[in-house]
Amino acid sequence: MFKKIIFGAAALAMLSGVQVTALKAQETLYVPSLSYRTGPFAGGGIPIANGFADYMTMLNERDGGIGGLKVVVEECETGYNAQKGVECYEATKGKGALVYNPYSTGITLQLIPKAPVDKIPVLSMGYGLSATAVGETFPWTFNYPATYWSQMSSILKFIDSQDGGIKGKKIGYIYLVSGYGKEPIPLLNQLAESMGFSVVEFPVAGKDMQNQASQWLNVRKEKPDWMIMWGWGAMNSTAVKEAAKIRFPLDKFIGNWWAGANADLDAVGMAGKGYRSANMAAAGTDFPALQDVIKLVVDAGKSKIDDKEKVGDVLYNRGLFNAVVVAEAIRKAQEISGKAAITGSDMRDGLEQLDLSAARLEEIGLAGFTAPIKGSCLDHAGGGSIFLQQWDGENWVKTSDLIAPDTALVRPLLEAAAAKYIADKPEWQVKPCS
Amino acid sequence: MFYREAGQFKSTYKADQAIFPILQDRMAIAFYLAVAFIAVPIFGSDFFITSIMIPFLVFSLAAIGLNILVGYTGQISLGTGAFMGVGAYSCYKLATIFPDINIIILIIASGFFAAAVGVLFGLPSLRIKGFYLVVTTLAAQFFLEWAFIRIPWLYNYNDSGAIEVPQRETFGIIVTGASATPSVRYLIVLAIVVAMTWVASNIIHGRIGRAWMMIRDMDIAAELMGVRPLYAKLSAFAVSSFYCGVAGAMMVFFWLGAAEVESFDVNHSFLILFMVVIGGLGSLIGSFMGAAFIWVLPVILRAVPNFIGIDVNAATVEHLNFMIIGALIIFFLIVEPHGLARLWALAKQKLRVWPFPY
Repeated sequence: MFKKIIFGAAALAMLSGVQVTALKAQETLYVPSLSYRTGPFAGGGIPIANGFADYMTMLNERDGGIGGLKVVVEECETGYNAQKGVECYEATKGKGALVYNPYSTGITLQLIPKAPVDKIPVLSMGYGLSATAVGETFPWTFNYPATYWSQMSSILKFIDSQDGGIKGKKIGYIYLVSGYGKEPIPLLNQLAESMGFSVVEFPVAGKDMQNQASQWLNVRKEKPDWMIMWGWGAMNSTAVKEAAKIRFPLDKFIGNWWAGANADLDAVGMAGKGYRSANMAAAGTDFPALQDVIKLVVDAGKSKIDDKEKVGDVLYNRGLFNAVVVAEAIRKAQEISGKAAITGSDMRDGLEQLDLSAARLEEIGLAGFTAPIKGSCLDHAGGGSIFLQQWDGENWVKTSDLIAPDTALVRPLLEAAAAKYIADKPEWQVKPCS
Repeated sequence: MFYREAGQFKSTYKADQAIFPILQDRMAIAFYLAVAFIAVPIFGSDFFITSIMIPFLVFSLAAIGLNILVGYTGQISLGTGAFMGVGAYSCYKLATIFPDINIIILIIASGFFAAAVGVLFGLPSLRIKGFYLVVTTLAAQFFLEWAFIRIPWLYNYNDSGAIEVPQRETFGIIVTGASATPSVRYLIVLAIVVAMTWVASNIIHGRIGRAWMMIRDMDIAAELMGVRPLYAKLSAFAVSSFYCGVAGAMMVFFWLGAAEVESFDVNHSFLILFMVVIGGLGSLIGSFMGAAFIWVLPVILRAVPNFIGIDVNAATVEHLNFMIIGALIIFFLIVEPHGLARLWALAKQKLRVWPFPY
């Protein structure tokens, strides 16, 4: 049995090696998609994976791919599990992968040190390590369109712009106890000093996502003026329900962009009216590109989506936005390298020089879909502007203009964090921008 | 036909009491070791080595550790994931505090921290057994998970809250970090696992192991015959946690490269317990078989549709995977409740007397 397993595995591995070379010969643009359609967070993973795949399929159908080459999206199921994510990475990196979108902060942390070695960039869109925005320290990692830290800064800026400013106020921060939830705490503490507010933390352990009664009891005791949430999955709807139960003013409760999906608030309904969340890409289908997706992919039965109504959901559009950034970076990389079949290194250059201007957004049929993004050697997070949306009981409504983060305040902190990350890694390769 | 001992005469007691008394068995072991040490690094692809062989070996070692406690001493534990975490976190701390010491020494040293924690949480086993002990080990699991999150000193105050493996060299070869080649990492893991399996086999077949088994079979009788439960039980906890700790340290340093608390959660404990149960309680070879069954089989099943050229949804494959593995677990436990190791032993026994059925 043991012998057979070993031999079977060995034979399989060798044969798959043969297959890889065959695939390379055909010349495609190979983009693995680490999706999670199973597991506890499948509710968020499915629309993201659908949006990502559908946009690429649309480009293949409408334009015949990018630069004449078809985009091949291969999904690998991670179940939001870091071990499986690494397995997916190892399984797909040999097939000429151009870029990885890990869709989990845990997996991103594992891929960051691997990226420079394997020469495949990592694009963690709106998650991952904020410090990777520092392009000099992290030449192979990208964090478009904004980092968690700049998002936090934008949210605080919004609070500051509301009645009476933020000075002297008490901000409650409720978060999922994980790398993701703890990420913005250093920034929050530093900004508390410089902006003059106080912070109370309300950690929610992963096991207690659906049981937050004790945290909200503490909220009632502490009486914060505003609440900010870094939540995910079942935690979001529970938090909004609990907030409504203790009569916390919901329009002073702001979630980050992972705490504002349709699925989160559908479960709460009218009771969640007024709750706000940040977002980086507009919801809805009123864009020519999305109409093309519906016409060429969804109606043609080439999508994995089961319900046409879900096209244009917050998370569907986020997956689609991710695909747009990848597609635009591929285009840029083809332009720079002068060849259609690019490599991971070319893709890195393409991502770095990404310029998704308002004009370009209009050209690809997504005018006003998101804030313009412009990368550079120094800045791997682009512009970083976000907007706030508010739940009206049935749908998300965009209620604010684009809010730019306080770059002057955030950037030095990011640089300090990046320096700290490499402090105990003497072998780390930095790439100075001159 | 080929697997029989006819003609192999033993002239010493030592030869008669050997663990592998039959020549063919010894040859098979030598063959497996040759394949593992020579053929796999030369012919295996990166994916095969990093995603199948390294995790398989790491989980095998953890399963051996748990098997010492559950299979040989009869003390049930659900804290394996946390004990692996103790090994991983202490190895991380040691590696950052003493950057100049050889990482392999630190990996072994981190096992002692896990052993100390294991002994501490093993203390209740002197008074309680069975389900009550499960509860206390579960408490260890939750307490240690909590500690990994809430004591930032353990992860050097990293913003991400994760431990990240630093790059280290041994004799001028990079052995940890992203730049280490899969073959190097694999060979180190293999060497440690082979050495520790050999040590475990010796402990189990010696005085200490016999004391553990006496405790397992009937603790009062064992006590009457002069086995001291304090030493027997706590040494089982110590050795078991040591193995789990080393496995945890290797998991992070030679396989994953970075880890958050989620990598050591209670599901992880269950996974290792399944390996032990499926593989066979009280069997070293069973630990390897269990690890192969629970970890390697799903990876292979996942590759099958792609391999035969059917385009199946990644999520569908995952669902099918759960169903197939679940069904197989039930099937094997019905066919042979004592695990794969017992099936293996039966098969060998049948071969020995073949073609006569008795």
